[in-house]
Parts: sequence; structure tokens; C-alpha cells
Amino acid sequence: MIKKIFIAILAVSFIVACSSSSSSGDDSPVATDDFDRGALLTNLADNIIIPAFQDLSAKLVTLTADKDAFVADANQTNLDNLRASWLEAYKVWQHVEMFNIGKAEELTYSFQMNIYPVSTTDVEANISAGNADLTHVNNNDAVGFPAVDYMLYGVADSDAEILTKYEDDKYKAYLSDLVNQMESLTETVLTDWTSSYRATFVSSTSNTVTSSLNKFVNDYVNYYESGLRSRKIGIPAGIFSGGNLFPDKVEGYYSQEFSMVLALEALKAVQDTFNGTGYNNSTSDNSLKSYLDYLNVDEDGDDLAFLINSQLDLSRSKIKVLDDSFSDQIETDNTKMTLAYDDLQRAVVLFKVDMMGALQIGLDAGYIDNDGD
Amino acid sequence: MKLSISTYLNKTTSAAPLAVFRVFFGIMMGLSIVRFWYNDWIDLLYIQPKFHFTYFGFEFIKPLGVYTYVLFAICGIAAIFVALGFKYRIAIITFFLSFTYIELMDKTTYLNHYYFITLLSFIMIFIPANAHFSVDNIFRRKTYQNIPKWTIDSIKLLLGIVYFYAGLAKLNSDWLFKAMPLKIWLPSKYDLPFIGENLMQQNWFHFAMSWSGMLYDLCIPFLLLYKKTRWFAFGLVVIFHVFTRVLFPIGMFPFIMIVSTLIFFEANFHLKIITFFKRILSFLSLQSKPENLRKIEAVSQFHIKKKAIVIPLFAAFFAIQMLFPFRYLLYPNELFWTEEGYRLSWRVMLMEKMGIATFKIVDSETGSFFYVDNKDFLTPFQEKQMSFQPDFILEYAHYLGDHFTSQGHKNVQVFVESYVALNGRLSQPYIDKTVDLYAEKESFKPKHWILPFNDDIKGL
Repeated sequence: MIKKIFIAILAVSFIVACSSSSSSGDDSPVATDDFDRGALLTNLADNIIIPAFQDLSAKLVTLTADKDAFVADANQTNLDNLRASWLEAYKVWQHVEMFNIGKAEELTYSFQMNIYPVSTTDVEANISAGNADLTHVNNNDAVGFPAVDYMLYGVADSDAEILTKYEDDKYKAYLSDLVNQMESLTETVLTDWTSSYRATFVSSTSNTVTSSLNKFVNDYVNYYESGLRSRKIGIPAGIFSGGNLFPDKVEGYYSQEFSMVLALEALKAVQDTFNGTGYNNSTSDNSLKSYLDYLNVDEDGDDLAFLINSQLDLSRSKIKVLDDSFSDQIETDNTKMTLAYDDLQRAVVLFKVDMMGALQIGLDAGYIDNDGD
Repeated sequence: MKLSISTYLNKTTSAAPLAVFRVFFGIMMGLSIVRFWYNDWIDLLYIQPKFHFTYFGFEFIKPLGVYTYVLFAICGIAAIFVALGFKYRIAIITFFLSFTYIELMDKTTYLNHYYFITLLSFIMIFIPANAHFSVDNIFRRKTYQNIPKWTIDSIKLLLGIVYFYAGLAKLNSDWLFKAMPLKIWLPSKYDLPFIGENLMQQNWFHFAMSWSGMLYDLCIPFLLLYKKTRWFAFGLVVIFHVFTRVLFPIGMFPFIMIVSTLIFFEANFHLKIITFFKRILSFLSLQSKPENLRKIEAVSQFHIKKKAIVIPLFAAFFAIQMLFPFRYLLYPNELFWTEEGYRLSWRVMLMEKMGIATFKIVDSETGSFFYVDNKDFLTPFQEKQMSFQPDFILEYAHYLGDHFTSQGHKNVQVFVESYVALNGRLSQPYIDKTVDLYAEKESFKPKHWILPFNDDIKGL
């Protein structure tokens, strides 16, 4: 009797099993793995990362030339030219900071380029001592774009007084060293990309902790969360400090009028990278967006890539209403800063929970055992 | 009825299958401890973290600092003693206690298969796994040919429960009709050789795996019990577990299950294994004193002492095991969402769940607040596990509340803004951000501060 029941159950199960697989086979299109992760990385490298580094390098060459002119003759015209080329380079910088991979990671490139707030004490100490080791980790807050910001706008109260400061050769020397160092670092990173790293980068498509695909996605999300959301908006707006405001911790504090421009540029870079939009053109190719579209995890719900783009657009609209100077905005009406932060934060959720989940790119916790619960 | 139960309880069977089981179990556990140690996970999981997530009611069980290594060493040595059948009863009790202590130290590492080991080692305390082919035989100069049948059957029953309940848990609409979470997991294995870029990406394959996984779990205990399908069933066991090992990072579990299911085979098969072991031992000339062995008396029957206690204990144990996984029915909301009654119930591989939880410390008098950086207090693994499990969130909120109060903050309230995505659904708000979690107490009651799921998962 038991035997018969058992055989009956087994027979029914097999019928169910067979019919289920054939029915599910019918209503779904046959999908092979036609998402090319190599193409995603290639598009990133060839149309986004390398062109952005090339542009940054070009802008830094101009900056260096304008700096040389200024050092040779510290007058108002040369100062204005120098400030203009500094801003141009700083804007392009916003497009490369997220690519903390390869040589950039090895050199802690972004720490040497854009740690703010700048430590004016360290800068002044370096100036008076001369020949400071700019690569030293203790000098991370005394070099790069924020240090140049201070050198060009903050060493004295008025332009005339600033120009007077540069009668001191030590100021000239430090400014010169700073800019040269930025240019040479960038050149090193760019050369590595164009000579050997590109090939390594585009071929490492596997789903492992060390593959370039996973590292890129982790870096990207991390940059958005910490580099853009926290450092540009959240920290100065007192989000993490119990409402204690830090108007002096904004990006471009001494020049006063560029923090919004820089933040918008960074947001554009994040969104273009997400959509795979080329740095020099507006054509989009394989990207995180197309990868998410391919995976299309929630078939019934909204399209995740669309939601991410909408949220980034919404964040942009909240940043655009801010003052050119975030410091002024924080001092006059910080609520608008926190509103912008809230929308940026909502995209963190979409990136870290929804996108990372869909891509199945995990964090490296060192411990791997699980049974999926 | 009464007669048939007592007839059953008096039935005996060969002691060989249980002896082989004991050897494999001990070896597997010993290897697991070595692997854990070798990977430096003791440090990573139990020494480095500042804070540990405890089990409700077991808050006093904490890692022992550097002595945690001693605990693991004791556990590993006990496992070897179990394998040898040397001072078996003390060894298995030591193993059970040390292993369970390790598991209770931090629930971040909770795995169903660890729970399985705890239960299994508990059962093994009461059954004569050292009756045959053990070092204890040499010392006692006695070896037993037969043991009560129910002792072996209890292990088969526990294995059967694990599989069958894992199968029952798969009877839900996400698993069967959306092929979730396999539909998310399998395509991400695109870098597997041969099958990564084609089979793993196929929709039909995700469904086929979901359904066959469910059928496998429900049927395998019966296929193993029934003699004619046993070899076929064992073949399935090997294929299934090797396949899951290739796909998922599930450590030693597949191998433990493969060797455990050997217990379903008959005595002859196990006697052959024992003969094989003995040949290896004599080859290593460990068994070089045949005159010693000759003095071992072969006794036909092993009699369990204190049967009047052990049998009711086992009956109660298995009754609890069969009922406990259904405790989730006492909670009103979606099990996968709230996880109330989720653990300790053989729910494996059912969910792809990710979350993010941002904690806000508020002074209730002044209204001033600040956010917590979870990295300051938790390891990445802890943060990940915390972000989508309400009991973790609550315990962490209390930890933060205590921490900031002790730092001199006044009128501390702890709020959390959290989002969770489950099985491919878009992330939704998870915890009510207006509830001060520092004022909420842990209990087995439903947690009213978990927000509704806004979807429906049908099934068991």
C-alpha cells in the first residue's frame, strides 16, 4: 500500500515537473547571455575614463603654463588666467575622481588631488619650510585642487594683497610645486591607462572581489555615497554632526562661488557613467543602465535604471536652486541643502540596495559561507 | 498500537552504519574547524567586531577574546575524539556544548547547517555511536554487533526533516512562479566554465532549478528510505550538493550532507567501509597488535541505559522539531519580510534580501540629532546582515543608544531609516522611522514597527 502511494506521488511529481518546465519554457523568450560585460568595460575605458583623463591632463598642461606665467610675473591678468584654468581643470577632475582603480588606487591619487577642507596650517608650514614632500600622507590635506584654491583665493583678503604675497618666492615655489605635482600624477595615471592597464581592465569581467567590473561598481557607488553625497553636501550641511554646520568644509571654499558648479559637474559625471554616455560625445553604449535593463529583475515593477535616472535628475534640480556658494547657502538657509541631501540619499538606496542586489556584486567581507538566508 | 511501538523500540540493527556515520561526522567537523581557523575567520568574526549580535535569551553568551581560539581548539579536538570513538560520550558532549556555544556567540553567522550540526550532536549524545569500530571498544574489550534500530532511525528522521522542511519552505509563489531568488543568483554566475554564459542565463533553467530543487527536497528522504531507489537517490544527493557547491559559497555543508546520507544504506555496505578503514589502518600499521584485538569480546546486543528517559526525550525532541518551523503562523505579517519565526526552520536559499539602515540619534529635549556611521561599530558582514533583519536592527539600536548615553549624550532616542529589497522587488521603506527603537523591547511578540510589505507571497 505504502509503496503504491509512494509511486503515485512520484509519478505525479514527475508529471508536474515536466509540465512546469515546458510551460515556463513557452512563455519566455530564449535568452542566452547576450549582455557583454567586456563591452561595458570597453565603453567605460575608451569613451569615458581615458577621454576624461586626457582632457584633465590637457587642462592641467594649460594650468601649468598659466602658473608658469604667473610665477614669472605675478600680476592681476596672470592671476585671473590662472584662476580660470584652475576652475576648468577642477571641473574635469569631477569626471575622474570616481575611477579609483588601477594606478589611481595604487598612488592614492584622489587623496593627493582633492582632500578638503584644506589644512591652511599645513600649507603655510610647507611654504615656510620649503621642499615639502607633497606625496606624504600627512600632506594629503595640503595639496591638490583645494590647496590651489587656497593659494589663489585664500592667502589674503583681496587680490591686491594676494599678489603682494607672491612677492615672496616661497609662495611661488609652493604654488609651482603643487601644480606640477598634480600634472605629473595625472600623467602617470593616464599613461598607465593608455599603455597597459586598459587591456587588463577590459578583460577582467568575472564576478569576483578583485575583478575590474566588481571593483569599478564598488568604487562608483562608494564615490557617489561618500565623495558626492557626503563630502559635497552632507558634511558641510551638518547632516552627520548633529546640525552643527560646517560652511568651511565645502568644496572650493576660498573661491566661494564654485561649489555648486563642481557638484553639478560631479553629478553629471555620475549620471553619464551610469548611462554609458561618452565623455566627448553624447552617444551612449553598454553601461550599468543597459546591464540593469538586461537583467530586468523586477518584471512587474518599474524599471530600476529609469528610477535611478529620475532620482538623479531630481537631485540635480534640488542642487540647482542652491547658491553658487554652498557656504553662503548653509549660512542663509541650510534647509535647501538638507533637501538636496535627502534626494541624493534616496539614490544611494537605489544604488546600494537595488542595483548591487540586481548585479549580485557583493561587498568583500572576507567571510563567504552562507546558505542564502 | 502500543504493542507495535514497543516492538519497534525493541528492534535491533547492525551497529556498523552508526559507527561509520560517527567516523565521518567527526572527520567533517574536525575539518570544518580547521578550515574556519585556517581562513582566519575566528579573528574576523569573533575577535575583531566591537559588538556581537546575540540570540534572544542567550545574551550572556559572548566571544571569549583570545580564548575563543581555545574554544575552537576544544571543539576540534572533541570532533577528532568523536571520529575515533575515544571517550565518546565525553567527547560528543564536549563537542555539542562547544559547538553550540560558538554558534550562540553571534547570530550574524547563523546558518541552517550549523543549527543542523547542533541538533545532530545533541542526538548523538544519547545513542551508542561508539558501540562498534571505536577506540572505546579496545579499552572496554567489548564491541557490539547490534544496536537498537531507533537510534539509527533518529538520525535518518532528523535528516529527513531537514530535507522535507526545506522542500516545504520552497512551496511559495516567489520560488515556484517567479523562480526567485534563483533568477537573480544564477545569471550572476556568468563566469562559470561551459554553463555560465548560456544555461545560467536561461529563464527556463531558473524555473527548472527551482522546481527540481523543491521536488528534490521533498522526495529525497523517501527515495533514500526505499531500497530500490536508494542508489538512485544517493546519486541525486551527490549531483545536487556538488552542483550547489559549485554555484554558491556554502562551505562544508554539501560534503557533510553527502556523507550523512550514507546512513540510509544497509549494514553490508557499511561493513565494507569499515573493512576498508581497517585495511588503511593496518597499512599504516596502527593496528599492529592483533593479540590486543583478539581479546575484544564481540557482544551481540547493545542495551541503552536509562531508556525510560531517553525515549520520551527523543519523542519530545522530534515533536518540537516538527512543530517549531511552523511557529511563523503565529505572526500576522509576511514571513520573508519580517523574518519573525524564520530562523531554525530549514529555510535555505529562499531569499535575496538586501538593505540599508541609517541610524539617527536624537536628543528628545532639544530635537538635535546626528547620523551614525555603521562602519564605526560593525564589520561589513555584520552591517549587511543587520540591514534587513528586524531583531538585529533593534539590538543594534539599543547598543547605539547605550553607547551614546554612556558618552554623555542626554535624552537619547534612536531612529532608523531603512530600505529593504526582497527577491527582486524594488526597495521599500522597512522600519517605521518615527518609532524610537531605543524605547522598544525585544520579545517574541510581533514587531509593530516593521512597515507592511505591500505585496503578497503565497504559499507555506
